[in-house]
Amino acid sequence: MSYLGTHWAHVLALTGAHLELVLAALALAFAISLPLGVVAARSARGSTLILGILGALYTIPSLALLAVLVELFGLGTLPIFVALVAYAQFVLVRNVAAGIRGVDPIEREAAIAIGMTPRDLLLRVELPLALPVIVGGLRIAAVAMIALATLGGYVGANGLGALIFNGLALHHSDEIVAGSVASGALAIAVDLGLRGAERALR
Amino acid sequence: MWASILQHAVRHAELCAQALALAIAIGAPLAAAAATRARLRGVLLAAAAVGRTIPSIALLTLLLPLLGVGTAPALVALVLLALPPIVVNVDLGIRGVPAAVLDAADGLGMNARQRFARVTVPLALPVALAGVRTASVEVIASATLATFIGAGGLGDDIVRALQTNDPALLAAASITVAAMAFAAELCFARVVRALEVRVT
Repeated sequence: MSYLGTHWAHVLALTGAHLELVLAALALAFAISLPLGVVAARSARGSTLILGILGALYTIPSLALLAVLVELFGLGTLPIFVALVAYAQFVLVRNVAAGIRGVDPIEREAAIAIGMTPRDLLLRVELPLALPVIVGGLRIAAVAMIALATLGGYVGANGLGALIFNGLALHHSDEIVAGSVASGALAIAVDLGLRGAERALR
Repeated sequence: MWASILQHAVRHAELCAQALALAIAIGAPLAAAAATRARLRGVLLAAAAVGRTIPSIALLTLLLPLLGVGTAPALVALVLLALPPIVVNVDLGIRGVPAAVLDAADGLGMNARQRFARVTVPLALPVALAGVRTASVEVIASATLATFIGAGGLGDDIVRALQTNDPALLAAASITVAAMAFAAELCFARVVRALEVRVT
């Protein structure tokens, strides 16, 4: 704990870098998952296909996927960024689809009855009503991504993982503890924050 | 290469099986006891929620200064990792037993112990096992990270492949871990389905 006292600025900067990496990946992952989730909500076959592929991707252990991505992209931030975006897809797509499917058919019929186009129906009725479930997916994805981003330290990405793996390599247990505690605290804080957002939306 | 992978796969499976067995032995009775005690249940589920949030690599490395290097800290971390889904699902399973069924059991003259063993447990089992299934996949994936604290397993091969730039070893080890996770998932899915059919 004394390390946190003397190096708090360093730990804070790494926490910021960690969060930045996760948020950038989450933004891109969300942009990809929205159309996929809409397709999965509309057709049963699309849902089976998309969620089947993403589910299989999700079972690949993170270290293994990361290792393959390092072969493709080299060391640094890029492989962990791609891994984060890929892993988030399963949870995000599943929740977008579940949220849209959960919209009351009566609301949908009412929207069609007042002459909404399919595009308006999606943007002004289905997605807003699905929002709490979608934010729930974002929360689960964000927490998982904070954990996975820690592994980035092993392949040379900036963030709290750099502190942990540096500590592991040099046997500096105070660095390991500081990195572990900070990443745990960050995950809990983001979880609580998004839980609050979820509740406010319901 | 395959000899090394086989040896590490056995070690990997051993570590995971031990962690899962311990987590079930600790988590299931705890969750069962808490299901009827509101305060204990609140504390347990809150702890499970926090436990689920903490990154697995943080759990593994956090125990390093306390327990040192090797199997012990890895086993403790994997048990901690497996506990939340097991606790949550055992609770969900027990709470999901319809009150009418419990009333019927009382009406048949069962005592509390008989009711728990013959009614609650069989009805809660499919949901509880679904939790074990989630836990098993997480444990198998996370056990790969146990290499960083010297506990062996297939993570050793993956790390060695990365360090020596050996794509063949990397692919073989990665596919083996993924296959183990996938096999565990399929196995438990089948058991859960069989139990559901039998009960309903």
